[in-house]
Formats: sequence, C-alpha cells, structure tokens
Amino acid sequence: MSIGKSIKRVDAFEKVTGRAKYTNDYQINNAYVARILHSTIANGIVKSIDISEAVKLEGVVKVVTCFDVPDITFPTAGHPFSLDPKHMDIADRKLLNQRVRYYGDDVAAVVAKDEITAARAVNLIKVEYEEYEPILSIEDALKEGVKPIHDDYPDNILAHSSYEIGDYENAIKEEGLIAFEGEYETPTVKHCYIESAVSYAYEEKGRTVVVTSTQIPHIVRRVVGQALGIGWGKVRVIKPYIGGGFGGKQDVLYEPLNAYLSKIVGGRCVKLNIPREENFVSTRVRTAMKFKIKSYVRPDGRFVARKIELYGNKGAYASHGHSMVAKACNAFKQIYQDEIATKGDAYTIFTNMPTSGAMRAYGIPQITFAVESHVDEIAKALKLDPIEIRKLNMMKLGFVDNGIKCYCNGLEECIEKGKKYIDWDNKIIEYKNQTGPIRKGVGMAIFSYATGVYPISLETASCRIILNQDGSVQVQMGATEIGQGADTVFAQMVSEVLDIPIENVHMVSTQDTDITPYDSGAYASRQSYVSGMAAKKAALKLKEEIIAHANFMLKLPLGNIDLERNCIVNKKTGEVLCSLEEVAMHALYNKEKSVHIRADITNQCKSNSFSLGVCFVDIEVDIPLGKIKVNKVINVHDCGKVLNPELAAAQVHGGMSMSLGFALSEHLIFDKKTGRPLNNNLLDYKLPTVMDTPHLEAQFADTYDISGPFGNKALGEPPTIPVAPAIRNAILNATGVSFNTAPFTPQRLVEKFKENNL
Amino acid sequence: MAKVVLSCTVNSEPQQIIIDDRDSLADVLRDKLHLTSVKKGCEVGECGACTVLINDEAFDSCIYLAIWAEGKEIRTVEGLMDADGEISDIQQAFIDEAAVQCGFCTCGFIMSSMPILESDEEYTRDEIRKQIAGNFCRCTGYENIANAVEKVKEDRMNNKK
Ligand code: FES
Ligand code: FES
Repeated sequence: MSIGKSIKRVDAFEKVTGRAKYTNDYQINNAYVARILHSTIANGIVKSIDISEAVKLEGVVKVVTCFDVPDITFPTAGHPFSLDPKHMDIADRKLLNQRVRYYGDDVAAVVAKDEITAARAVNLIKVEYEEYEPILSIEDALKEGVKPIHDDYPDNILAHSSYEIGDYENAIKEEGLIAFEGEYETPTVKHCYIESAVSYAYEEKGRTVVVTSTQIPHIVRRVVGQALGIGWGKVRVIKPYIGGGFGGKQDVLYEPLNAYLSKIVGGRCVKLNIPREENFVSTRVRTAMKFKIKSYVRPDGRFVARKIELYGNKGAYASHGHSMVAKACNAFKQIYQDEIATKGDAYTIFTNMPTSGAMRAYGIPQITFAVESHVDEIAKALKLDPIEIRKLNMMKLGFVDNGIKCYCNGLEECIEKGKKYIDWDNKIIEYKNQTGPIRKGVGMAIFSYATGVYPISLETASCRIILNQDGSVQVQMGATEIGQGADTVFAQMVSEVLDIPIENVHMVSTQDTDITPYDSGAYASRQSYVSGMAAKKAALKLKEEIIAHANFMLKLPLGNIDLERNCIVNKKTGEVLCSLEEVAMHALYNKEKSVHIRADITNQCKSNSFSLGVCFVDIEVDIPLGKIKVNKVINVHDCGKVLNPELAAAQVHGGMSMSLGFALSEHLIFDKKTGRPLNNNLLDYKLPTVMDTPHLEAQFADTYDISGPFGNKALGEPPTIPVAPAIRNAILNATGVSFNTAPFTPQRLVEKFKENNL
Repeated sequence: MAKVVLSCTVNSEPQQIIIDDRDSLADVLRDKLHLTSVKKGCEVGECGACTVLINDEAFDSCIYLAIWAEGKEIRTVEGLMDADGEISDIQQAFIDEAAVQCGFCTCGFIMSSMPILESDEEYTRDEIRKQIAGNFCRCTGYENIANAVEKVKEDRMNNKK
C-alpha cells in the first residue's frame, strides 16, 4: 500500500547528487548560442534595422530581424488545441515582431559561436523605430481614440464576459439591506522559477528537435509546427528535468524561435538561454487585476446580492487570452453563494506591458485577495466575527457551478484547525484596543479552486506501463514532473493498484513527444486528478493482462486468482501460487504464447472538483517603520485524500512562501512614462529569502473526494491563494487600516498609516 | 581574450584545464569538467544555485573568474559521494526532510550549508538561516531546507561530543 504514505521522491537522489540533467546540462559539441534583441520602446513599429556592424563581428554566424521571419502569427497558450474555431487561442505574434507592443518585445536575434560574441553582436544592432505613445495602464487602454495595440481589437478589449444569476437589480431592492463597495488591485508578479527559460534545437532526419524547459511538451510541439508552418509530426519536443515552472512554462516561450534559428543555420544545434533579466519581462507574468465589488448584505451578514467588475491587464499579447480573468470572475460566485443574485463582468485589456499568462492558481490568488478583503470589511462594519460571516455564506457540499462540483467539503474542518493553531478567539480579545507603534493582529481567508479545466477545456491524459522480466514496471506519463512531485505520486498510484513495491515502479521522467503518450501537460493542479486517473486506469489494465497470462500459465479457470503482494494468489485462500516475476518471465519467453505485457491507455476526464482551504496568520505591524512581521502562519487544505503527506506539506510550504511574497514584497515595477522595467532582477524584485520566511505550518482536513482517482483533488496551486488576503486582514485587525492594493510594502504602509494619523 | 591554463584541485583531484581567461568558474566546472551540480540561475551572483566551496568557503561561482581559482581547492556536490557510492549526511537529509522539489536550487543550498556543517561552532536555527540566505528557492518555502541543515548540524555536533 503506497497511497497515503510519505514515500520519498523518486527523483530526489538524482537531484541531491547533481545527476539530474536539466536542459542546459546536456553537452552538445559545437552548439551555437543565440541571443535576442529586445525593443527599447513599448509601442511602435520597427522602421529599419542595421545589422552591418553585428555581422562583421568574428564568431557571429547569423543575424535575423523581424523583416526576415515567416509571415505567420501563432498562439502560445498552454491550452489543448480547440477544433472549434471560436475557441481557438489567439494567434497574434510572430517569431520576431516588427510591430512592437511592449518594452522588451523581440525584434532581432543573433546566432553566434559563443555567448559573449552573441551578446556583443546584439549590442551592435541598430534599430530605428517609429514610436507611439505607450499605453501602460488599463485606464489608458480604454480611453476613447487611442491607437489599438492589435488591429483586430480596436478598443483594446481582448474579451468581455459576463453572467447574472438571479435578478440583481430586483434583489437589491429588498428592504434593510446594507450596501458595501470596494476597489482592489493586485500587481504584476513574476514566477521566478530558478531555472530560466532555456532550450536548444537541432534537426535530425529532416525533423526539428527542441529540448526545452517546459510544462507542456506536447503543446510546444504543436505550436512549433504552427509557427514554422510545418507538419506537427515534423517536430519532436523533449522535456528533461525542469527547474520550476509555476505556470510560467505553461506557455510556449522561445521554442518556436529557437527551432527557426536552428533551421536557418542548416539544422545545426542552437542553444537559447534566456538571461534572468530578460526572463522577467519577455516571457510571461501574472495578470495584474483591478476589481470593483458591490455587495448587498442583511444585518446578520447574509449576502443577498453581489456584483463584481473585473479588469485584467493582459499586456502585449494574448497568451492565455481571457481565460484567467474569466476564471477569476467565476470564482466570485463559487466560494460564496448569494441568497438571490450574483452578477459578474470581466474584461481582459491589452496594454503595452509584458504579456501576462498563467501563474500558479490562474487568477484565483487575485480574486481571492479582492473578495476576502471585501468580506472582512463587511464583517468589520457589521461587527461580525470574520469566521462567522464566512460560514454563513460559503460553499456547501454538493454545490455545482459550470460543471464543477463540491464533492466533499472540509472547509469547516480547515477553519477549526486553523483557528486552533492561531488561538483565534483569545487573540481577537487580546488584540482589541491596542495603542503604540507596534500592534498585533490576526487575519484569515478562505478559497475554493477548481481542480482541472473540465468542462471548459478538453481533459485528456495518457499512461503507458510496461512489465519487465523481473516483475518491475516502467511507467511513462504524458504528464510532466516540474518539481511538484507528480512522478512520485504516479509511482505510488501504480504501486497501489498493482500491489507491488514502490521500488519496482520505474518512472520515466523525461517526456519526449516521439515516444511519450499525449497529455496536455502540467497545469491547473490537474496532474494527480486527471493524469492520476490515467495512471490508475493503465495500472488496472496491466493487472488484468498479468492475471490473464497467469491464468494461461497456471492453467486455471478465469476468476480464481488475483495479484497481491507482488504474487499471484488464490483469491479465496490467499495462498501464493507464483511470483509476479515468474509470470513476467513466462509471458515473454514461453514458446506457446509469447506476450509482452503492457498497458497503454488514454483517459478523458469528465469531472471537476472544488479544492478548498484556509489561511490564518498572526502578525505584528511596526507602524513607524512600515514593517510586517509574520509571527505565525498556517494553511489548512481540503485536497481530498492526501496522497503523500510529507510531499503535500512541502508543496503547501512553497505556495505559502510565494503568497507571502505576493503580500509583502513582490511586484514588477516599470517606468511610468516609457514602460521600461525597473526591477527585473532577483535582487530588486524581492522574492522571499529564508530570512523573510517564518515557520510555515501546513495541515489538512480529513476528507475523501469520490471523483478523484484515489479520493484526491487539487493541491499544487491552492497553497498560494489565501496567505496574502489573510495578512491584509490581519493588518486591518491590528491597525484598523484597510489595504486594498498588494503588496504591502513599507513605503505604502507608512504613507497610509500617516494618512490615517497612526 | 586569451587561452590560459588553470591549475587547481577539484573534488580532491588535481586539474589542469585550458580556459578562456574571461570564463567564470561556474562555466569551467560545468562545461570543461561536466560538473552539472553547479547550476546557473542568474549568472550575476543573485540566486546561489552555482554555489561551490573554494578553500572551504562558499562562493557564487558564476561571478568568480576561473583564473582566480588558480592553486585553490574547489568542491562541488559531486565530491560529496564517497568511493563506495554512499552519499553524505546532508544529501540524505535533503531527501529525508522532503527538502527537494524541482531540485534546481538543491546543490547550491547543500554547498552553502557546508561551512556551517564543517565548523566546530554551534549554530542556532537563525544563524543557519542567515548562512543560507544567499540562496533562493521558489519551490519549498525554505522550511524543509532549514530543517535538513539543522538536523545534520545537530547530528554532527552530537557525534563530536
Ligand atoms: S547563477 Fe550564480 S548566483 Fe545565480
Ligand atoms: S526546489 Fe525548486 S527552486 Fe528550490
């Protein structure tokens, strides 16, 4: 039995010994290297490019510009392909772009014999631009008469979606309702995976091979095909170990350009390692969002009708399109239910800012920040306990929205555990009526998060298992290990179903689109749920095959034997009849009926489940210094059955740390006039170090989700949702001051405390 | 630029390597000696993924010119495994404490913690944290990394007693 045990990571040994090979660790003889020239204006067109100096440099192999690349626009989102033209991802960028749409857009590239030469050559390229006024904010993008960033979107609105449940206008007429209004804002945040985006490409037998640090190898393959205008079967994508993704690599980044650069040098190997500074702006960022919420509430705290208006800053290119913002807007009606009506309007707006795409929890950290801030404002005004008002309105068991269901609900249990750890009731009393420069506060926030992308998108996953002569198995998943521990839980699943020791399950960690079965990739916390279903189904199939052959080998009638404890046993008595190894050997080598026992299946998942959880914090605010010290923080998750408690807790720690950064320090800042990035490096961006991180407490509710393959639902992304709003609410509790814009940097805190005469 | 010969000791083996005098130590270790435990996350001394020991002190090898290593003793994670293939206590602790996720930062953290582990001084958890604060990890929230280092430090101190 492996499920529910803290099995050590199947890749840990490779990683602590430095043997695990990542994209940049493969040594290719005489590989060329490439560098990209990025625009130094945010909005305009390239009029001309002078490469004459650059090509003269010794060691430069090729220089290409936006005037040379194929006239093909392609999409980049890590979404499965849609056969319905209305739902296709927007194809709005070329390999290099003459129409420049943000400060950092790709306008030319150099292939050279070494890094230093490539970097020097990039500096020698001269670009002449025709500059337009940069459109850096949502407000500017929506102004009458501004020049559209994409001609197909004349008002700079990529999409607008809306819903109304019940009759909102009528609902708010109810007598005695109290109205609350609030505006909230979340910043542009960067994933900061420690391995930068990196790839290399070469040609082999007339086909293009791209080795890349990606979460979505099969999608990269398709998009490289689209971008180069070649058959998708002519592309092979290989994904080795990757140094983190967090959604940033759920987008096709520079793989198509890399493939093209190899092509134009005769299929020679070209490596494209994106420097950290370029990574910050020229890959993807988290969508900055603005929210307007209006709520009509009864004096007892019951929500009667609420509405939200949500604007997402898309940046320069569509990437994931409207899906993030739409998902955030939907979450508004999911975590809480209004008694009568809920209304939502969501807009995704193009600006001349870096392109925003997926980042851990896909829009939900943003909306949860807004909603949970808003709920605390209501609780405060109505003098209600923040927990009680949530309990009154939050999602109940059996709730269904857009095909996503609450199959099990451990929210109450999560709240109880968090409350206990933080000593909530006592602290609420203790922290009342504080004075002086240092004040303490407690805060909390809850969330819900859909586990996969059904029914909006196709959910398909594959698994292939092959039985070896010694009774061990190889498992090939289309799903990708990106650090989250997917390979380990897949191994546990297979070990569980076959009832063989975990050491006998060999995970093939590398995905290679030539041999790995199809899966859309690592995103949406779908791995253990959607791909887990495929692993389970394949293991069950393999078990059937093993038993079938054992029947033949032992000359026994069907139905009398089973596979248990690595052996074939008498189903009735449990008596061991032979080992699995004997069956495996016989299957392959007997002269009567040789079979190579394997299972190769695809599973389409047609369910989706809400994962739930809470965060509680206890903090100290230094008012004159504008500093926040987190004394205690706990996340409690209802992720269904916990498949591997230690790895699950570790996953929660990482998410909490990311959310601490979102609350306290992380935001990309840009020059207000030009859109030039100002802190695109790891020193100035301020992601948390170990010194900034308190003890991170992770706990779980004891639930079982009947829709999950092993009772499990999402855990990968959810930990990063609730910490920031919990801290925000603790500041409110400590000081009485509302912060509606994240992050709460010392500068912002001090300014606001002064405003409030603290 | 000029080609020069670098003589130094790497993981107890004397080396003579022809290098470009502009090469960083990280590039020489990775490209010439294939020591891929040395990772590059930023190449400007911000992330710590490339940390190695130079004469027992932890350095970001990406901003350490290879020529400065002349005559020095360099250690990387590859040197921690013994001749029989046994990994060191700190590597095992990273496995046992679930301190590894994507693994990209792991070897850098292990090397950054070596001076603490090899020192005879006592270290508090806070002092340990300070020592490894030059390394970034985006996956683990540092919780289990600090646990792993703390545990090995404690064990080693107890064994000394
Ligand atoms: S690569 Fe050396 S510190 Fe980041
Ligand atoms: S384990 Fe991924 S960065 Fe540390």
